Amino acid sequence: MTSVPMDHGLLLAGLLFAVGLAGVLVRRNILYVLMSLEIMMNSAALAFVVAGARWSQPDGQIVFIFIVTVAAAEVAVGLALVYQMFKRMKTLDADAASLMRG
Amino acid sequence: MTIAFYVASAVALFATLMVVTRRNPVHAVLYLMVSLLAVAVVFFTLGAHFAAALEVIIYAGAIIVLFVFMIMLLNIGPPPSTRQESLLLTPGIWVGPSALSVLLAGLFLYVILAGGRSVQAGSYVDAKTVGISMFEIYFLGVELASMILLAGLVGAYHLGKRDLPDEAEGGNG
Repeated sequence: MTSVPMDHGLLLAGLLFAVGLAGVLVRRNILYVLMSLEIMMNSAALAFVVAGARWSQPDGQIVFIFIVTVAAAEVAVGLALVYQMFKRMKTLDADAASLMRG
Repeated sequence: MTIAFYVASAVALFATLMVVTRRNPVHAVLYLMVSLLAVAVVFFTLGAHFAAALEVIIYAGAIIVLFVFMIMLLNIGPPPSTRQESLLLTPGIWVGPSALSVLLAGLFLYVILAGGRSVQAGSYVDAKTVGISMFEIYFLGVELASMILLAGLVGAYHLGKRDLPDEAEGGNG
């Protein structure tokens, strides 16, 4: 265990997650929503690494690697969707895509 | 080590708040990169050196570059070239992220120079341990990660096609 208390690491993860969540809820530009999602994923990964460091086990870092993998796949598909949305609607406003057809 | 953790945490929180509140997407991406670098320093102070390296390489190096590519592709933000270039040279844009990055670099140097090799012998988890554990206990997870990467690749390729059939109403949203 390092000299940093585990609580403080988890607190940092929680605060970062809260900021990311606020970003998802408040911002209407879909690019910012994606960035906030990245922040939230990163904070979740931070919580795993903190727990792994607490017990000196490699599992935390392994879950971190998996989370990074998922985030990379998510951002690739998400940005492709943003591209399609911008091409069709000429805007990045998430509310513009609120209509469903069918 | 402890002080490095708290300074990096403060930088991460501040940069993340700046990401959510910026108007220009490029500024937000710059601050997001600083935030990820700060989290990498936090990983380093926690003894997860491999995770810190991955955070810099994959998150700050690859995912952020994807965001930058997309912003360039969509050509949003302040319009054309000369005005934009002269705008990039005004200090107000890059001085914030740069100051935070310099702070992080100083922190990193401090950790390396002051900490040396003797710190936290017990809690340090090296890349070898991670690799062994990953390919012995979690190898099914590695296979699944390869599947999700393949799915992401196919999905991004399909959605990124220029001539995706326009479904009916197209742009009336």
